[in-house]
Amino acid sequence: MATRTDFGPPYYKDMLPPVVQKNYGQWKYHERIKPGVLKHVAESGDELYTVRVGSPRLVSTFWIKDVCDIADEFCDGYLRFTSRHNLEFLVSDKDKVEPLLEHLKAKGYVVGGTGHSVSNPVHTQGWIHCHTPATDASGIVKAVMDELFEYFVDWKLPAYCRVALACCLNMCGAVHCSDIAILGIHRLPPVIDHDTVRAKCEIPNVIAACPTGAIRPDPKNKSLKVNEERCMYCGNCYTMCPGMPLADPQGDGVSIWVGGKISSARTPPKFSRLVIPYLPNNPPRWPEVTSAVKNIIETWAKHARKHERMGEWIERIGWERFFELTGIPFTMQLIDDFTLAPETYRSTPAFKW
Amino acid sequence: MAESETPKLDELEKGPWPSFVSEIKRAAENAPNKHMAQDLLRQLERSYNDKIGHWKHGGIVGVKGYGGGVIGRYSDLPEEFPGVAEFHTFRVNQPSGWFYTTEKLRQLCEVWEKHGSGLTNMHGATGDIILLGAPTAELQPCFDDLAEIGFDLGGSGSDMRTPSCCVGPGRCEYACIDTLDLLYNITMEYQDELHRPMFPYKSKIKISGCPNDCVAAVPRSDISIIGTWRDNIRIDPDAVAEYANNGIDIQAEVVDMCPTGCMSWDAETKTLTIDNAECNRCMHCINLMPKALRPGVERGATIMVGGKAPIVHGALLSWVIVPFMKMEPPYTEFKELLEKIWEWWDENGKMRERLGELINRLGMRSFLKAVGLPPVPQMVKVPRANPYYFWDPEEVRKNGH
Ligand code: HEM
Ligand code: HEM
Ligand code: SF4
Ligand code: SF4
Ligand code: SF4
Ligand code: SF4
Repeated sequence: MATRTDFGPPYYKDMLPPVVQKNYGQWKYHERIKPGVLKHVAESGDELYTVRVGSPRLVSTFWIKDVCDIADEFCDGYLRFTSRHNLEFLVSDKDKVEPLLEHLKAKGYVVGGTGHSVSNPVHTQGWIHCHTPATDASGIVKAVMDELFEYFVDWKLPAYCRVALACCLNMCGAVHCSDIAILGIHRLPPVIDHDTVRAKCEIPNVIAACPTGAIRPDPKNKSLKVNEERCMYCGNCYTMCPGMPLADPQGDGVSIWVGGKISSARTPPKFSRLVIPYLPNNPPRWPEVTSAVKNIIETWAKHARKHERMGEWIERIGWERFFELTGIPFTMQLIDDFTLAPETYRSTPAFKW
Repeated sequence: MAESETPKLDELEKGPWPSFVSEIKRAAENAPNKHMAQDLLRQLERSYNDKIGHWKHGGIVGVKGYGGGVIGRYSDLPEEFPGVAEFHTFRVNQPSGWFYTTEKLRQLCEVWEKHGSGLTNMHGATGDIILLGAPTAELQPCFDDLAEIGFDLGGSGSDMRTPSCCVGPGRCEYACIDTLDLLYNITMEYQDELHRPMFPYKSKIKISGCPNDCVAAVPRSDISIIGTWRDNIRIDPDAVAEYANNGIDIQAEVVDMCPTGCMSWDAETKTLTIDNAECNRCMHCINLMPKALRPGVERGATIMVGGKAPIVHGALLSWVIVPFMKMEPPYTEFKELLEKIWEWWDENGKMRERLGELINRLGMRSFLKAVGLPPVPQMVKVPRANPYYFWDPEEVRKNGH
C-alpha cells in the first residue's frame, strides 16, 4: 500500500469537547478562581473550568496515558496543551473541579501557572537531543523551577513572569522576549577539523554564514580559517559545517537576559537585555543560575508596582538602578557592539546615581 | 542495592517540579523499546559529567514523499550507547490549539511505543508534537502507522514550518479572529510548502487572537497574524461598578496605566469613560476587567512580518504591514498577500536569509512595492530622521517639478 501524504493534522473540530463546540466563539468573560484554575463563562450561561498543570515537557507515553485516564474520569475524554508546555484539563461540570484538584494533588501533579505567576518555562533540547548546545535545557529548567516553585503555584508577584531557556544562540524557543531568558553560550571559537571541512562542507557557504566575516579560505589546507578576534561564537559556521565544532566544557555556559515582553499591554513588545554574560555549567543543579534567576525575580517582586512587568519596572527605575538593586556587576559584555549598537547608548546627561 | 549509574541525574528527581528524569526512567523501565531510554539516560549522565553534548551533527533522514518532518540524530558514542546510536526525531503536526481526545492520544502512544523510544515533547517550541528517538529502519513504518491514525508530519528545513495558534474562540473571549480555523485552513492549503523545503530558509506563521499574543507570534514568526478590532471597546457599566466594589482600584490600576490616557473614571458615579478614537487597543484594561470590557465587534487582524530569533543577523520583532484585514473563510485576501510575500522572498532571498533580514537588506520600500501595499503611518514608530531617501527619477521628470 502506498502511504498517503499531505493529509494534514487531525481536524480540530473533532478534538474539541462538547462544551467548547457548543460555545465556540461565544465566550463572554473569565475569572481567575484561584492559582491554576480559570473559569470561562459563555453567552449561553455555560461554564468551563480550566485546571492548568505544569509538565516537564519531556514526557513518556506513560505520562500521556496517565493524563488521558484523568481526562476520561473528569473531562469526558478531552484535554489540551498550552503554548508553554502546560497541560489543561477542561471541566464543564463545576462539581468535578475540587475532586479533580484533589486527585491531581494525590498523584503529585502541580497546578498553577495562571495569573501573576511564573508559568512553565518554554525551553529546548540541550544535551538530551541536539548537536549544538552550550548547556542542557531540561536540567536547568527543572532546577530553576524547583527554586521558583512557590511562584508557579501561587500569586505572589506584581505581574506575570515568563521564564524561557534556549541552549544555544539558535534560540529554538525564541526566548529573546522573555521576562527572564536563560541562554546557553559558547565562549571559544570553532576548532577546525580540516579533514571534515574538506569532506563535508561547501566552503563558500560557510564563509557566507558568518555574521562578522571572521571566516577566510585556507588555500594551503584546502579548508577554512577563523580570525579569532572577530568570532563571537554564534555557531552559524557549525550549523553549515560539521568540521567547525565549538562546544567546549570550559568555554560553555549560561547567560541571563531580562525585561522582554510579548503582549502589547501598556507597552509594545520588547527584547530581553543581557545582564549576566556568563555563568558556569554546573550540573546537575546549576546553583549559580538558579540563585541569579531567583535574585532577579525577588528584587523585581519587592520593588515593582502592581501589574508592572519586569521590563516596565526597569524602564521606570532605569538600568543603573536595576544593577544597584540586584547587585549584579556591570561588565563590558553588556555594552552592545553589534549592528544596532548605537541605539542602545545613552545620549542624555539625565541619569541616576 | 546496586549503585545507580546516574547519580547526577538522580538529583533531578528530587524537588517539587515534575522531573523529566523520572519520565526517561519510566520509559527505561517499561517501554517496549526500553533500551533506547536506558541508553539516553546513560549518555545524558555522561554529558552531565563531561559538560558537553554527545550528539553528532545532523544527517539526512526522512520518509517517502516528504522533504522534512524528520530530524536525523546520531550519538557520537554509538559503541557505548547503542540504544541511541540512531535516535531521530519526528515532528508531528499538532491539531489547532493543541486540543485532543484521549482516544487520539492513546493511538499516538501506541504507535510511538511500537516504533520509537516512547519519549516525547508535548510540545516543541514551534508547536509540533515531538517524538524523540527512533532508529532509521523504523522511520517509514512509524510514519505509515501515524498516517493510519491521522497524524501527518510537520515542517523542518527551509520550508513553511508547522504554523501554530492560540486557543482563540475555543476558550478565549478576547479572540477577534477564528485562530483555530484559520490555522487549519492555512495548514491544509500549504501542505506542499510545509512538507517539501524549497524556500531560501524557514518561514514561520503564527496566529494570536488578540494583541496579548499568547503564541508569541511577533517575536518568533516571519508572518504574524494578530487579531484586533476597529470600533469601540464594549463596556458593561454594571460590571465596571462590580469590579470597583470588589477591590480593583480603577483609577490607579486601569485608568492611570492606560498608555494613551484615553480613559477617565468618575469615582462618585462609578462611571468609566473611554475616548475610543484615542485607544490603541493595547488590551491592558480589558485584561484587568474581562467581565466589564470587551473588544469591539468590527473584527479582523493586523498582519505583521519579519519576526525571528537572532540567527543570522540579529533578532527582529515583526513589523506592521497591514493594520487591519478582515479574516473570514476562505481567507483569500490573506492568502494572496502571503503568496506575494513568499514569491518576493523566494526570488530575492539569499540562502539562509529570513524574510525580515531580506526586508532589511533591500529596504521596506522595495518590499511594500513588490507586494503592493500602500504606506501608512501605522507601519512606523517614527518617520525617518535622516535625509538619505530615494525617488524614482522618471516620476520626478514626469511631474516636472
Ligand atoms: C487576562 C488576560 C489574558 C487572558 C484571558 C489570556 C488568556 C490566555 C489563554 C486562553 C491562554 C492559553 C492559550 C493557548 O495555549 O493557546 C493563554 C496563554 C498564554 N498567555 Fe495569555 N491571556 C491574557 C493575557 C496575556 C498577556 C497580557 C500575555 C503577555 C505576554 C499573555 C501571554 C500568554 C502566554 C505566554 C501564554 C502561554 C501560557 C502558559 O502555558 O503558561 N497572556 N493566555
Ligand atoms: C539557525 C537557526 C536554527 C538552527 C540551526 C536550529 C537547529 C535546530 C536543531 C538542530 C534542532 C533539533 C534538535 C533536536 O535534535 O531535537 C532544532 C529543534 C527545534 N528548533 Fe531550531 N534551530 C534554529 C532556530 C530556531 C528558531 C529561531 C526556532 C523557533 C522560533 C526554532 C525552533 C525549533 C523547535 C521548536 C525545535 C524542536 C525542538 C524543541 O522544541 O526543542 N529553531 N533546531
Ligand atoms: S537552541 Fe540550539 S542547542 Fe538548543 S535545540 Fe535549538 S539548535 Fe539545539
Ligand atoms: S562561530 Fe559565528 S562568528 Fe565565529 S566563526 Fe563561526 S560563524 Fe563566525
Ligand atoms: S492571544 Fe488573545 S485571544 Fe488568543 S488566547 Fe491569548 S488572550 Fe486569548
Ligand atoms: S485598550 Fe489600552 S489604550 Fe485602549 S483604553 Fe484600554 S488601556 Fe487604554
